[in-house]
Amino acid sequence: MEIILSLAIGVLSASGIWLVLRPRSFQVIVGLCLLSYAVNMFIFSMGRLTPGAPPIMPKGGFVDPTLYADPLPQALVLTAIVISFATTALFLVVLLASRGLTGTDHVDGKERSR
Amino acid sequence: MAEHNLFLVLAFLPFATALILSTLAHDARRTATAFSVVSLIAGLGVLAGFLSAIQSGEVLDARLDWVPSVGLDLALRLDGFAWLFAALVLSIGVLVVIYAHYYMAHSDSLPRFLALMMAFTGAMQGILLSGNVLVMVVFWEMTSIMSFLLIGFWHGGAAARDGARTALTVTALGGLCLLVAMLMLGYAAGSHDLGTILRSGDAVRGHPLYGPILTLFLLAAFTKSAQFPFHFWLPGAMAAPTPVSAFLHSATMVKAGVFLLIRFSPVLGGTEAWFFAVTGAGVVTLLLGAVIALYRHDLKGLLAYSTISHLGLIVTLAGLGSPGAILAAIFHICNHAVFKASLFMAAGIVDHETGTRDMRRLGGLFRPMPFTATLAIVAAAAMAGVPLLNGFLSKEMFLAESVDWHNGTWLDNALPYLAVTASALSVAYSLRFIATVFFGPRSTSLPKTPHEPAAWMRRPVELLVFICLLVGMFPALTLGPVINSAARSVVGADMPYYTIAIWHGVNAPLMLSVIALGTGALIYALGAGAIARGPEGPPLIHRIRGQRVYETILFRLTWRLPRLALRWLATESLQPQMRLLVLAAIGAAMASLWGVLSFAPDLRLHAPNLAFGLLWVVGGLCAIGAAWQAKYHRFAALVLLGGAGAVTCLTYAWFSSPDLAVTQLLVEVVTTVLLLLGLRWLPKRRSEIVEDTLLPAKVRRGRDLVIAAIGGLGMAAVAFAVMTRPLISNVGDWFLGNAYYEGGGTNTVNVILVDFRAFDTFGEIAVLAIVGLTVYALLRRFRPAPESIAPPYQQMRVDSPSLDDYLHVPSVIMIWMFPLLIVVSAYFFFRGHDLPGGGFAAGVTLAIAFLIQYIGTNVRWVESRITVLPIRWMGFGLLGAVAVGMGAWVFGYPFLTAHARYIDIPLIGEVPAATALLFDIGVFATVVGAVVLMLVAVAHQSLRAGRIREQDLEDAADLRKEAS
Repeated sequence: MEIILSLAIGVLSASGIWLVLRPRSFQVIVGLCLLSYAVNMFIFSMGRLTPGAPPIMPKGGFVDPTLYADPLPQALVLTAIVISFATTALFLVVLLASRGLTGTDHVDGKERSR
Repeated sequence: MAEHNLFLVLAFLPFATALILSTLAHDARRTATAFSVVSLIAGLGVLAGFLSAIQSGEVLDARLDWVPSVGLDLALRLDGFAWLFAALVLSIGVLVVIYAHYYMAHSDSLPRFLALMMAFTGAMQGILLSGNVLVMVVFWEMTSIMSFLLIGFWHGGAAARDGARTALTVTALGGLCLLVAMLMLGYAAGSHDLGTILRSGDAVRGHPLYGPILTLFLLAAFTKSAQFPFHFWLPGAMAAPTPVSAFLHSATMVKAGVFLLIRFSPVLGGTEAWFFAVTGAGVVTLLLGAVIALYRHDLKGLLAYSTISHLGLIVTLAGLGSPGAILAAIFHICNHAVFKASLFMAAGIVDHETGTRDMRRLGGLFRPMPFTATLAIVAAAAMAGVPLLNGFLSKEMFLAESVDWHNGTWLDNALPYLAVTASALSVAYSLRFIATVFFGPRSTSLPKTPHEPAAWMRRPVELLVFICLLVGMFPALTLGPVINSAARSVVGADMPYYTIAIWHGVNAPLMLSVIALGTGALIYALGAGAIARGPEGPPLIHRIRGQRVYETILFRLTWRLPRLALRWLATESLQPQMRLLVLAAIGAAMASLWGVLSFAPDLRLHAPNLAFGLLWVVGGLCAIGAAWQAKYHRFAALVLLGGAGAVTCLTYAWFSSPDLAVTQLLVEVVTTVLLLLGLRWLPKRRSEIVEDTLLPAKVRRGRDLVIAAIGGLGMAAVAFAVMTRPLISNVGDWFLGNAYYEGGGTNTVNVILVDFRAFDTFGEIAVLAIVGLTVYALLRRFRPAPESIAPPYQQMRVDSPSLDDYLHVPSVIMIWMFPLLIVVSAYFFFRGHDLPGGGFAAGVTLAIAFLIQYIGTNVRWVESRITVLPIRWMGFGLLGAVAVGMGAWVFGYPFLTAHARYIDIPLIGEVPAATALLFDIGVFATVVGAVVLMLVAVAHQSLRAGRIREQDLEDAADLRKEAS
């Protein structure tokens, strides 16, 4: 499982990085989304993989933490998901405004000059 | 205790008055003046009450805890020197306020002006009274800021703005030096308490940091006291209203620097470095200021440079550092304050009544304004050092000190000659002031007909000139005792009592005084004509202006250098920057992991699951496909991106984090819709861009592919290395152990978010709200590109069936989903504390419920039926969260402390009712508001584009009509 997930993180981040370096603003926004998946999962994986461990505790009584999924990375990622949505929205609007102002969707606001 | 409180009142009264004044109406001139005068006189009264204690050598102090944990308290300290200085500041302040009442025009806001004056007075007094050197720095900076506001009071004029800016730049730079110097001084002396520092002179002088301390300290004092080469800001500050000049130049601001020098001379002084730096700078300034003053045509310019020169004199004395020199310096501070304030006020009267300050145009004013003229003549004579006036006494003490042997260096030996030269020059410029303005042919081309000013405008000048005479004739009776106690508090209790007398017999200082008077008169008699015809400044060096040098430096630093750096270092293109960023990240990761990255000896592996593997084959292909298609097939890329997101979501579910899975799924929906809405405004790209097939583009893509591959491999390797290690027990265990007892919930993730780390969550929702508002604000000004304004071609077909026709059934289902989704949202919300869900998930669900209505029908249809006010949702959410957080204060707990319990509700059963749930309502409302605001703002662009289109059509029709 670990191998699959690390490869998944690798593929997602490679695609993301490649897109972030591209000249068209839509490519960059898709790249940022992919990167955020990769980074979120990377943070999530820092709590180790616990397939089948119960995420919710029973009421009352002290629980043995080793039997449960680590809640800390999950809490971090949960807010990260919402914030990455916010940055995507912001970036999309900047993209639209730039496109409206400059007439191009190149990230520099002008086509590459030769 | 009463004394302690009175002391605090003394220190803070000016600030309180400033606050009151700033609330007064624009035209409440009398009230404002009355308040200021009463406050200043009250301060003087308190000082008078302390007089007997001060005279007996007592040091008063008061202390308020400020940041006790770092040893910073608001300590106040009053000794003889501070007492004298504070009395000087307050009494000149009273006179300046009265003068300003008559001087300032009715169009100027006098309350605002006086508020600034009072705040400035408070800051200046703060420097004098602070008993902690760090507090002193705070007040020091405050005087810089307040003087900036005062100099730039008539901010309509460019000269005032430039003068204010220059003054602020120079003095604030000095303030920074002072801060560092005081920090080091405190370190060297072992305490930031002024009293302790003053006692630990030997330790400081022997400390290895003495050099840097002295340098920075002197930079601060010299910039404030306008010593060469920092003198240029003072003449620029002449653009200030005259009361400000009178105040800044006499008792405050520039005197703060010499105050500092004299105050710290027992600690830092007495060394050769101190002597050469301080006396050297003082002598240069003394001479240079006097020479330039002689050549200035502007009345206030002459006075400004004479101030610089006199400050040089005081600094020279501070550099000598002998008890006599300190006494003379303190005496001259008082005398200079008195005659310079009266001269500035007199110059202001001349300016006020004639409309000009140019000495080449003024002349013969004695006839129309005899009283003012007499006052100005007496004050100028005091400045020149004519016997029976106060200036004579301190100047003679200066000459006596210069003749005295100190340390036998060449500078000390040259001092008598330099002192006489400077005195002669000061006689010459004083004579020029008197002769050109009040005597000679009466000028005819003045903007106004000169006459005597309002009586009360003259009163302050009269009083000051009277003091000049009084001190000049009876020095031992008037200022003698306080000057002595002031000097004793600086030098030490063993200082002998100096009797200040007018007549010491025929001795060297007297002879020097006579020589200076004679030479000065001669200089003026010979040079008067040439000076009047000459340029504004001494021959040869008038071209070298400190101001211009400063401007050149500033221009280089703030204009040329950044642009040069920009040209060399920066690029306007994003791609190279992004590439650098990614490479730097990879580089940093490699640098920190180099040789350290290792895999655990026994890998902690779970057996691979085939289904999970297949899932990620799909997910990986989706990601690569999205990367591949994002340029030419945006829609396909978006779908593929959604695929990768869905697989990510399933992964979260697989590894026991249902909360993440739910949130990811919901956010995925809104992100996709958002991007879909954005696609409409991007340019069509049907055919391949030719350049993309050329070699350079291929090279670029290849290079980026390599970077991406390295980055991806690195991420995978690090992730694998960490995942296969055993889990180190961390704070997560604590959360698991305490979530139920402390937070009252069984869903630890949710408890962390809304209880343990609620403050972080509060920050997150604030960010979300800010982003929502930013999106909204950016789109209000949005103009689509011209080719995107036309409706998309699907809508342009003539037989176009409306959305309703071909999506009728889905649209009905979507409308029906509305109540269902609201229920789902509520369900997510209420189970949040115990089961997967919570405010974030519920908020996004409700936002989707609204969103679906927009998708299923159209904007107009939805908005005629439901009114969503997203900004109110956000506001309610944020304020609600804050209110819940503050509610904890009521029960005496820190901000955002939650209380948890279960309530048994009939039929429904046991419901978690933590106050965290109320906080979660805030989260929920903010999320709903922000998400809806963003999506609706983007969606509305179609409508607005439609309106723009209609507008364009109408305009075109109008044009055609006009043409025909």
